Amino acid sequence: MEKLIKKYYRPRLPHIWCPGCGNGIVTSSIIKAIDKLGLDQDKTVIVSGIGCSSRASGYLDFDTVHSLHGRALPLATGIKLADPDLNVIVITGDGDGTAIGGNHFIHTARRNINLTVILFNNNIYGMTGGQYSPLTPTDSKATTAPYGTLERAFDVAELAKAAGATFVGRGTAFHSQMLVDVIAQGISHDGFSLIEAVTQCPIYYGRQNKKGDASTMLKTQRDNAVTVEAAKKLSAEQLEGKFTIGVLHKSEAPEYTKQYQGVIDRAQKGAK
Amino acid sequence: MGKVLLLQGNQACAEGAIAAGVTFFAGYPITPSTEIAEIMAKRLPEVGGKFIQMEDEIAGIGAVIGASLTGKKVLTATSGPGFSLKQEFIGYATIAEVPIVIANVQRVGPSTGQPTSPAQGDMMQARWGTHGDHPVIALTPASVPECFTLTIKAYELSEKFRMPVLLMLDEIIGHMREKIEVPDYDTIAKPVRKGPRVAPSEFKPYQADSDGVPPMADFGKGYRCHVTGLVHDETGFPNGSPKATEALVKRLHEKVENAIDEITMYEEYKLEDADIAIVTYGGTARSAYAAIDMAREQGLKVGMFRLISVWPFPEKEIAKLAEKVKVIVVPELNYGQMVGEVKKAVEGKVPVKPMSKYDSEPISPKELLEFVKNL
Repeated sequence: MEKLIKKYYRPRLPHIWCPGCGNGIVTSSIIKAIDKLGLDQDKTVIVSGIGCSSRASGYLDFDTVHSLHGRALPLATGIKLADPDLNVIVITGDGDGTAIGGNHFIHTARRNINLTVILFNNNIYGMTGGQYSPLTPTDSKATTAPYGTLERAFDVAELAKAAGATFVGRGTAFHSQMLVDVIAQGISHDGFSLIEAVTQCPIYYGRQNKKGDASTMLKTQRDNAVTVEAAKKLSAEQLEGKFTIGVLHKSEAPEYTKQYQGVIDRAQKGAK
Repeated sequence: MGKVLLLQGNQACAEGAIAAGVTFFAGYPITPSTEIAEIMAKRLPEVGGKFIQMEDEIAGIGAVIGASLTGKKVLTATSGPGFSLKQEFIGYATIAEVPIVIANVQRVGPSTGQPTSPAQGDMMQARWGTHGDHPVIALTPASVPECFTLTIKAYELSEKFRMPVLLMLDEIIGHMREKIEVPDYDTIAKPVRKGPRVAPSEFKPYQADSDGVPPMADFGKGYRCHVTGLVHDETGFPNGSPKATEALVKRLHEKVENAIDEITMYEEYKLEDADIAIVTYGGTARSAYAAIDMAREQGLKVGMFRLISVWPFPEKEIAKLAEKVKVIVVPELNYGQMVGEVKKAVEGKVPVKPMSKYDSEPISPKELLEFVKNL
């Protein structure tokens, strides 16, 4: 890890994350996946929005963009379409990616542009101090839901799949080795990939909801996550309250920037 | 060999962008600017560029900012409601110093207003639409040929000062058709972005030269820059200290203030012996030329100071104008916006009369003539 830190992290510690936060584990999983694939560091761009997870871009030694709340995907789309040779990785959170950025999320998936989105799901708005997000489970406590949340949470993996994502995966901070593998597969996939990274927020989500400390929350991830393979052998009853991890969906569809090259070719031949 | 064409203002804006070397457009359809997107959709792939219709106005400007970071010249176009939605990203491009050009073809507002009718009601939004302290460069073409030339100028300014430049058309100019002599695009100098002069290890992405503008490294070239909307220091990384905050806000302003003479553009029409000066811009200026000619036939000494760059506002030139005329008239298609700036610059030296029209119709030469005669 020390070698990876030296190679891929900017000397900008200490980070802003709270003690026990899982974002550091997810960030290092992204780095390990990049290293595993041997991506050219000078041809790899990391784009984030605003929120706890989105601060990761500033710690990583690539061309990086810390954009606006919810708007990482349009910016990343512009970078990728303008220069398809760049590997573009997007870091977002549950609030950033599925509330304020929800429209961009479905449309970027629909377009099947070759971006890899790692959505850090800590079930809460951490940066602003514990308000509920579209991925906060129903009946959770939040500073803006002192009597419990009424809304149902998105299943963000299903949302991405329904919107047209051609690669959907999920991992957790606890299963970090597996997360590395799923992220690496997502980056290798030629199309829009969404990887939901379940991470713990012991301070702003855990404390309000009596979920225990960071290690307890990590153990909860261990106990509730079921691999895609194992899930196939379990009944609906046995899967109650569990979630699946691994590669959840993979399909083939034309990639947007390659399709656009076809448009250029047609336009230059004078054909429509 | 150039060509003589009959073009619409929106079309001339799109062609000006292609002539300036634009290779990326992202936007969203909105009346009365849609033709710009339509033309770019057809023209860009012909020149090897890229067009994308995004899911909303915010995504349109977000994508052009992303493309600009890779070194491309970029355009997005919109009108009132979309201009409102783009404001947060205009602030981002200002603080992160990303060159972009935004064409806003003004229509009647607020809100949905009158989508197909002209207005000049976004002039103050252009100046103050995004939050915080920041400078703005905004240009207002008054003819189809000027839509072409000012669009090219917008790229010179945007690339030079590393900031958004607003092309403030109005529906009159955007949809009007006129003859235009278009030079061969190869003969047009393409605005160039100032790049790093040192190796990546030595490079500080926000260390400004003496002109207040830092050289910009394109993404993918090994400079590994961090771009953020947070207050940052010359390294580009967040720095929330009072010292860094003051230094950044000051530099952003001063790079424009110190170059105001270079940015300022205006036209003087029959002002030499004028007693009455009409200060106006955009589509309204078209009626002013005719009104001035009619007034002079009737013995009234009227002339025009036409604003071409509206922001930064040419205070010095307007103050000078106040020294030599007896009264200033400011016709505009709003309840009174730029007239306030004129008054500020004139400092009470001569009367400044607003001529506001906000009924969705242009000001006719005759109306303006009557107004001037009744002063």
